Amino acid sequence: MNNENRKVLLEPVIDNNPITLQILGICSALAVTTQLAPALIMCLALTFVLVSSSVIISAIRHHIPTNIRIIVFMTIIASLVIVVDQFLRAFAYDLSKQLSVFVGLIITNCIVLGRAEAYATQNGVWPSFLDAVGHGLGYSVILIFVAVVRELLGSGSILGVKILPLISEGGWYTSNGLMLLAPSAFFIIGLLIWGVRSWKPQQQEKPDYRIQVVHRTEIV
Amino acid sequence: MNNKVNGSLWARLLATPNNSTSKIVVVALGVCLVSSILVSSAAVLLKPIQKQNEELGRQKEILKVAGLYRPGIDITDGFQSIQTRYVDLHSGQYVDAALLENQAAVAIPRKEDIAGIGKKMRYQTLYLVASDRGVDTIILPLIGKGLWSTVHGFVALSADANTIRAVSFYDHAETPGLGGEISNPSWQAKWQGKNVFGMHGHAQIRVIKGRVNPSSHHAQYEIDGLSGATLTANGITNMVRYWLGEQGFGPYLDRIRLPAKGGMMHE
Repeated sequence: MNNENRKVLLEPVIDNNPITLQILGICSALAVTTQLAPALIMCLALTFVLVSSSVIISAIRHHIPTNIRIIVFMTIIASLVIVVDQFLRAFAYDLSKQLSVFVGLIITNCIVLGRAEAYATQNGVWPSFLDAVGHGLGYSVILIFVAVVRELLGSGSILGVKILPLISEGGWYTSNGLMLLAPSAFFIIGLLIWGVRSWKPQQQEKPDYRIQVVHRTEIV
Repeated sequence: MNNKVNGSLWARLLATPNNSTSKIVVVALGVCLVSSILVSSAAVLLKPIQKQNEELGRQKEILKVAGLYRPGIDITDGFQSIQTRYVDLHSGQYVDAALLENQAAVAIPRKEDIAGIGKKMRYQTLYLVASDRGVDTIILPLIGKGLWSTVHGFVALSADANTIRAVSFYDHAETPGLGGEISNPSWQAKWQGKNVFGMHGHAQIRVIKGRVNPSSHHAQYEIDGLSGATLTANGITNMVRYWLGEQGFGPYLDRIRLPAKGGMMHE
């Protein structure tokens, strides 16, 4: 793999992360991260849809009329999501019940449509594949991190295995109920973005405008 | 020869400018055709496995409300201890399983249709847990309209056909976090020990707004509300009242309750 391709694959993991830098796909990152198991399934489902749609769109990119390109993307993405949903219902029934509507909502996940529009329509199949895998990884890293924190502090377990024995079950750990509610994911993602941007200051955005300090004497 | 014609047609199509009307139509139809084949074959091929999962899921819910479910048990094995009965809603008598097949749904008059289901089957399946002392738990299926969706559930009653052992609302598409909280086990646990019928045999059970005041003399019929989900909760109230009332399993419950009622009159 040459340098160019490696960059396409690895850049979205941290340097151009879809969640912490592009701020896309936040909705599902809040909704499915109370436990690690559904978060993992969500990562797999999203990565599958993202990779398949990018490859298909890239393969037919020279023949998609620009006038109807968005609806063509949506048709392809929606079909893939329905297929994933059907598979989950057949082979991971309990998890698919837990994920409920959020699998279907992959259709509206901006990461998928964003990569189709911004990358797959302009690039060959192999780079598009790598780009999609990279963005899938970037999304998964954040989801897994948030889910580990929330499940550990909220339920004292990881993947259902007890790590911190709860007081209600005779242990010493008082579970943090906030972690089971959606706002906690906001806080965790917010702290994560802060952390990443302190570590890599080039990710910090320049202020759109500066507030002019006006002294009273100047007005007069 | 044929190949060559196809080849040239294909080549001509590919060469057509992308935004010409014909190309737009062909690409749109082509994408739709391929997508629909993909979607429908996935749906058809996986249907049998999904049906099996749904049936297992239903049996698991029944075991849960029966209080017989433990994580990791074999559902099919566990279900052996549950008796399946078929009942005629009108007479409350048990009937033969054959009557349930090919029965046509009966329309429900609008003013009686508090559960919002439109029509129902006259012959219904219910489940019993029996010990050697007789029937221990009666498990009845529920179906009704929530806010957005049809809610499926089960209610388990004690042998007095009045005290709730457990409820389960398992299949619905209410808003997660609001109406969707009806499938939250800790909310479902609040139904435990509540009574369905008041002094005169009317269904009094109700999901209220806010918290139940324990000193109220209605407390035994009331369940804490779900904030932000009043309409879903009303749907649940109506659904439970409908299916346990005269239009639902009422006649059956009256029939099996009679001996106990006699006993109470002596007291």
